Amino acid sequence: MRMTCLAALALAGAASPLAAATHEVAAGDGAQTRLQEALILAQPGDEVVLGAGRFAIGDGLSLDVDRVTVRGAGMDATILDFTGQAGSGEGLLVTSDGVTLRDFAIENPKGDGIKSKGADDIVYHRVRVTWTGGPLATNGAYGIYPVESTNVLIDGVQVSGASDAGIYVGQSRKITVRNSVAQANVAGIEIENSRDALVEANLVTRNTGGILVFDLPSLPVMGGGNVLVRDNLVVDNDTPNFAPPGNIVAGVRRGTGIMVMANDAVTVEQNTIMGNPTSGVMVVAYPLAFEDARYNPYPRKVAIGPNRVSGNGTEPQIGGGDQLVAAFGGALPPVMWDGLGEGAITVHPSMTGWTLALTAQGQGPDDATPAPATFAAYVDAVDRGAVGSSPELDARLK
Amino acid sequence: MIRPVAILLAGALAFAGALAVRAQPTATVDAATVVADGMPRNLSAFGFFADGSGQVPVRGVVPYRLNTPLYSDGAEKLRFVYVPPGQQAKAGGEGLLDLPVGSALIKTFAFTEGGKRRLIETRLLLHRAEGWVALPYLWNAEQTEATLALAGARVAAITPAGEAIDYRVPNKNQCKECHGLNGAVVPIGPKARNLSRSWLADFADAGHLDKVPDVSMSLPVWEARNAAPVEAVARAYLDVNCAHCHRPGATASNSGLDLRWEQGDPKALGVMKRPVAAGRGAGAHLFDVVPGKPGESIMTYRMKSLEGGVAMPELGKSTVDREGVEAVERWIAGL
Repeated sequence: MRMTCLAALALAGAASPLAAATHEVAAGDGAQTRLQEALILAQPGDEVVLGAGRFAIGDGLSLDVDRVTVRGAGMDATILDFTGQAGSGEGLLVTSDGVTLRDFAIENPKGDGIKSKGADDIVYHRVRVTWTGGPLATNGAYGIYPVESTNVLIDGVQVSGASDAGIYVGQSRKITVRNSVAQANVAGIEIENSRDALVEANLVTRNTGGILVFDLPSLPVMGGGNVLVRDNLVVDNDTPNFAPPGNIVAGVRRGTGIMVMANDAVTVEQNTIMGNPTSGVMVVAYPLAFEDARYNPYPRKVAIGPNRVSGNGTEPQIGGGDQLVAAFGGALPPVMWDGLGEGAITVHPSMTGWTLALTAQGQGPDDATPAPATFAAYVDAVDRGAVGSSPELDARLK
Repeated sequence: MIRPVAILLAGALAFAGALAVRAQPTATVDAATVVADGMPRNLSAFGFFADGSGQVPVRGVVPYRLNTPLYSDGAEKLRFVYVPPGQQAKAGGEGLLDLPVGSALIKTFAFTEGGKRRLIETRLLLHRAEGWVALPYLWNAEQTEATLALAGARVAAITPAGEAIDYRVPNKNQCKECHGLNGAVVPIGPKARNLSRSWLADFADAGHLDKVPDVSMSLPVWEARNAAPVEAVARAYLDVNCAHCHRPGATASNSGLDLRWEQGDPKALGVMKRPVAAGRGAGAHLFDVVPGKPGESIMTYRMKSLEGGVAMPELGKSTVDREGVEAVERWIAGL
């Protein structure tokens, strides 16, 4: 049997004169130029293999060839060090389809870590993006940043220190984010203006906010929804917000576990949500003024299923928080709703909650009349067959 | 033993080539190389110049300038367009000239240091059957040849303003970051509205263009901007310097900011528009453009920055364009 397989492999190789080539790039002198040349000269199907070691990179790298794999020797062994970066908005930019990025790290990029734009069928596997100074406002915005893409698999990555979101998926469709660690970012994982996303089995800790699912107005792609958030550890997200003030995430309150804002059909279930000081789960409308007639600022059909919750809402970053906590007996109930939106939220009976009882979009916590909430009975509205990246992306993880 | 012979032969050929250029002022572009699949190592292989270091083009390679140019650290730019013999570009309204397959756009970047012009790089856009191909060529210290620099380079230079910079030659992919539109590479500069009417007339008279395009309002001539309306100057600047990325279908489409000349919606132009993915690029500011308040606008904040992750444009900028900032600030102040 084994012989047969080997023979078949050999035959397959011999039969294809255009077999994929491997371009090896070692660390050391001229590594940046050699790596960038390999990324340019690679043909579709080729593999760019990075050796172990620290690669000093002074400018942004980019890849624009379809079906290329960039593979390092491991996220702790192959490090692309952008500490001396002089230009570009990100460390690595991918603009082609079918790309696999795996087993390497990016440290201290001046802007975003890895951005893939209009890059369909992309896999990020065991990639690490780290700002080594910890949470600082001078860090870049996003660690892993796919945008305007269809079919995105993010598996086993680690991101820390992002001054916006560690893992940010924007204006995209068919997304899986799983088995990943987001730590000490402003937002751990963010699914923005996107549809058909599965966020599962991630460890999201020490961020300002853990997992954020929302829609923003005035963007080319809107109408986000059909998102399933399950089996994540959302624990101790207690880092003070360090985002620059102009950004939407600058408004995320320290200690937000999972937040759903202005989205359609989102289910949150079977997560372990512990020690998030403001709120375990938060379901809210977009709070700012907007002029975009296409935009729906309200949450719709958000279903909060059973989750393991404890120790949330003990120190909420909300005006009058201390009194609220006292009134609720030492901790706020795990589910917070702002009270806005028709059919906004349904909740499993095992989960308790409270409402700000706002009466109009655009109001804030100062307008609240907080009260315990009685929610409509849990109805899951997610089309589970549609969430997540397609199975053929999983085949690339071997 | 074959290799040394080949090198000698190549040297002899190059020498003969140089003689040929001097002997024949009517040298022409190697049209086959322009369209052939491949990336010649040397710029001279295309035959665009009778005298490369002097930037003297051969016949058929036509110099042009743009009314409002892209700022590139104050580099002098020498622009040329080549349309193959027997073919014509088509006038396409106010926008890009429709250049046929076989055409080339050639742009050389230079700085004058100590009274002497030094060529840094020549960027080519070649219109091949499969589309436009962008190739960067880096000039040698002797200024005798430019060689392909796929991975780009950094070159120490002194700007006209006297600033010492590490000038960035973009890599081949970065060409596409600015020239990419809906997945294809396209030219940016030669739009009818940004070319002078007299140049367009001459280009048509020479048979390179089917007719002079209709342009309702040309972009202001940058050097004469003080005589032009403040809004037109700023909008022309934003169109030329920003809109190749900040428009639908291009690199910064996801920002929702559309800075094209033809865009009329104030929100799309950034007026009271919140940033999306600006990260720390927003600084302490809340909106892209705050009418009357350039000091509170993210747009000018980023134009005035040189810091990676904040500075705009992201590529091709090592110094702040004071004139450009002034033009945009004046527009915002008057909104």
